Amino acid sequence: MSHTADALHHDDGSAVKEIWKVTGILSLLTIVELVFGFAMMGMTNEALRLAIKGTIVILMIAKAFYIVGYFMHLKHEVKNLIMTIVVPLALFVWFITAFLYEGNSYRNLKNRYDPYKKAQTEIKVHKNEEVKEIKTTVE
Amino acid sequence: MSTVTATAAPTNLWGGGKSPFNVEYGKLMMWYFLMSDAFTFGAFLIAYGTSRFASNGWPNPNEVFKSFPFAPEGVHAPLVFVSIMTFILIISSVTMVLAVHAGKQMDKNAVVRNLILTILGGIAFLSCQAWEWNHLHNEGAWWGANPFLNADSTQSSQAFTNFFFTITGFHGFHVFSGVIINIIMLIMTLMDKFEKRGHYLMIEKAGLYWHFVDLVWVFVFTCFYLI
Repeated sequence: MSHTADALHHDDGSAVKEIWKVTGILSLLTIVELVFGFAMMGMTNEALRLAIKGTIVILMIAKAFYIVGYFMHLKHEVKNLIMTIVVPLALFVWFITAFLYEGNSYRNLKNRYDPYKKAQTEIKVHKNEEVKEIKTTVE
Repeated sequence: MSTVTATAAPTNLWGGGKSPFNVEYGKLMMWYFLMSDAFTFGAFLIAYGTSRFASNGWPNPNEVFKSFPFAPEGVHAPLVFVSIMTFILIISSVTMVLAVHAGKQMDKNAVVRNLILTILGGIAFLSCQAWEWNHLHNEGAWWGANPFLNADSTQSSQAFTNFFFTITGFHGFHVFSGVIINIIMLIMTLMDKFEKRGHYLMIEKAGLYWHFVDLVWVFVFTCFYLI
């Protein structure tokens, strides 16, 4: 145990330097995400919006990698330990794909076979009367 | 360096007599707990995504989360407050790593200092969240009540607020538990518990939990506020 600790932190300065480097990377990624978030406001081009959202998700995964790998130190653990943590998480790939596909399919079917409901979701409402209605239903 | 330990170690590690993963039992179990917790949060966020994909319209987060404390009513400052919350959590994660690092060096004073900073960061984050919840509640948003309209000004469903309060609430509860755990760690450090044991491994386990809370916020922040 102490042997590994020595091997990994043979020199105190480099470990602290790594912490600050990762802090810098995480801050930078967050700032880039925010820039994309601001750029997306009021944008009407749906394809471009989708592309930016995809980019933000990739940046999010990069942030997760740096937090887990360096702050939680997983990158410096024994390979078998890394595998027992990371391999089960691969289930998320199926989990996300299947459920988002399912949600999308549900919406398409509902819109196709329930035109009344679809028309209802297309009615524009004014904010003020909406608030009043919500209040009355709450009471 | 890590590759050296990974390739050279196996024969010794699996020879018996010590942990084949080269970590202490408690730390390994903390990892497995966090993995199961990741699936819980993942299930929540994926349910949110499914609802969103199943709806014809959804509120624009920049219209919903546009307020800032002490700013005049009607101010339009989307993403500003939540980015401050994000940075608070990142910084508190950094001070936690520094506390873990100081523990490895058996530097008690640095552990105490960094743990206090981490606790303050956690409390600051919780305060921000309390303000935001209170503000949204005053606007009429709560479980089962959604005063906001969809981005295309059509009627919005209550799924939006239900998911928002459930998921940020579950995350806030994790932050709260993390702060309590860190306070316990601080008290134990001040009582010289770890000095007597000869190691600060307990701080590492608390650190893993705290970083996980930060990690979850990365996902919650992206899913609710950005996209």
